[in-house]
Amino acid sequence: MKLTLRNAMVAAVVVILALLPLYASLTGNTFMMTLFTRIIILAIAAVSLNLIMGFGGMVSFGHAAYLGIGGYVVGILAKEGIDAGLVQWPLALLFSGLFALGVGALSLRTRGVYFIMITLAFTQVIYYVANGLDRYGGDDGLTIQKRSEFGGFINLSNRTFFYYLCLALLLAAVYLVWRMVNSRFGRVIQGARSNDRRMQAIGFPTFRYKLACFVIAGVLCGLSGVLLANHTNFISPALMHWTRSGDLIVMAVLGGMGTVFGPVLGAVALLVLEEALPHLIGFVSSIVTGKEVAAAKEYWQLILGPMLLLVVLYARGGIDGLIASARRG
Amino acid sequence: MADALLQIAGVTKRFGGVVASDNVVLDVAPGELHAIIGPNGAGKTTLIGQLTGELSPDAGRIMFEGADITDLPVYQRSALGLARSFQITSLFRDLSALDNVSLAVQAHAGHSFRFWRDARGEPELRDPARAALDRVGLGARANAFVASMSHGEHRQLELAMALATTPRMLLLDEPMAGLGPEESARMVETLRGLKRHLTILLIEHDMEAVFALADRITVLVYGRVIASGEPAAIRANAEVRQAYLGEQEVVTTAGAGHG
Repeated sequence: MKLTLRNAMVAAVVVILALLPLYASLTGNTFMMTLFTRIIILAIAAVSLNLIMGFGGMVSFGHAAYLGIGGYVVGILAKEGIDAGLVQWPLALLFSGLFALGVGALSLRTRGVYFIMITLAFTQVIYYVANGLDRYGGDDGLTIQKRSEFGGFINLSNRTFFYYLCLALLLAAVYLVWRMVNSRFGRVIQGARSNDRRMQAIGFPTFRYKLACFVIAGVLCGLSGVLLANHTNFISPALMHWTRSGDLIVMAVLGGMGTVFGPVLGAVALLVLEEALPHLIGFVSSIVTGKEVAAAKEYWQLILGPMLLLVVLYARGGIDGLIASARRG
Repeated sequence: MADALLQIAGVTKRFGGVVASDNVVLDVAPGELHAIIGPNGAGKTTLIGQLTGELSPDAGRIMFEGADITDLPVYQRSALGLARSFQITSLFRDLSALDNVSLAVQAHAGHSFRFWRDARGEPELRDPARAALDRVGLGARANAFVASMSHGEHRQLELAMALATTPRMLLLDEPMAGLGPEESARMVETLRGLKRHLTILLIEHDMEAVFALADRITVLVYGRVIASGEPAAIRANAEVRQAYLGEQEVVTTAGAGHG
């Protein structure tokens, strides 16, 4: 692999993520661990969305559905006394895949804004279904008493172990997507994004490949939901609120759509900014006025919004694109 | 004609009140280069659309190698060996020439549910793709990106992609469209080289090219076949001269009559 600025940046991010638990344990900063576990889990969801949106041109505005399905399968089974991970996890991935199969089979017959609306509509449906599940907390959500059990030898309640498990799964997901987009399958998916009509004319039944891609992405995002439920020990319909789907799109766009590692950068950037901007505002306000203005901290989105606008307007390739073009300068 | 490779039997297609294909009957024999000519709006592209499966006819059947393909989807016709080029260049703009043609090879190299191996490193895709580029004279431009190629090169690449699907028959929709005289001459030479190996249905506006290449010519006017035969016979056909070749003259005469 060539030593480029981009590869160096990717390596740096991976090293920082790998060393973070060390830093956290030395400083006793458990908040950092919690935050970055969450970032890594949502990065898996962003990588999954990027597979269909960035490489396949399928702009799903309902990707949070799979976070919800993955989470609810774990939560519901736990509530019913089935806490074996070997039951929970495969079932969660299976249901995510089946939901993607159904949604994809219908929505992939449409294009553009209709596709966006249909994927959103399906997610809204299960969002309201989850709201109606009174036995499982309804709109209040449900606390998971016990994380998934994998016999004696894997303990998900160990904070550091769980962190590294999530990180390993994220890196595996990125590697998987990288292999996939360069394979024959990936060539078909990207060809269909670029010119579907021509793909059919040269003999590709593109629909089935796009559907397969949609299901793979659904399963991968379902995994993210499983991890998220285990991380927070809690599920609620908010997991699949449409703004969550929007967050995932923002991560992919911010990091660099259609690049393998971009969504990871986007997830880190967005979620770190979400945490850091209120503090930054508080800090600035304390300099300007002499004391911290707590109310001003709530307006952190006023800063994030224009930042996103600038990326969309002037840096189409996202963070990854900026790094890649920095050398060409 | 029982031994025809492609048979178009009474194909009719209407768009509202406009009859774009009016009971079209046409046979293309194996090995021949059959040209379809006709003024603008004669229904040439509509006919190609029905042959490739993007449009379905309101009436009539289309047979390829004796099998009825009227209801087959686009990709299955390609699998049977019916390849097309597009009138308006339709390429993968963000890929290199070689990647474009490799995709066409891949489409006919088994299913593509292969998730692991780097497709750009597969000789069984790259080698035939290079061969197709060589056949149309683009071998030296294999690694050029489509966006950086000239219009003439795009037309050649269109042809290379159709060839890379190892077709039995080529449907060429105005391959000379927008080409300069020099590029046109090169395209005629390329097609002349291909016609010995492949059956070709050629739709073209460039009369010089058509009469230089075609074994048989069919003339379409308002969706209807008004004549079909060898180039010499078509050139001599009075109805064709009036409806098409001498169109300008007729219009001028009519205009003068009103004046």
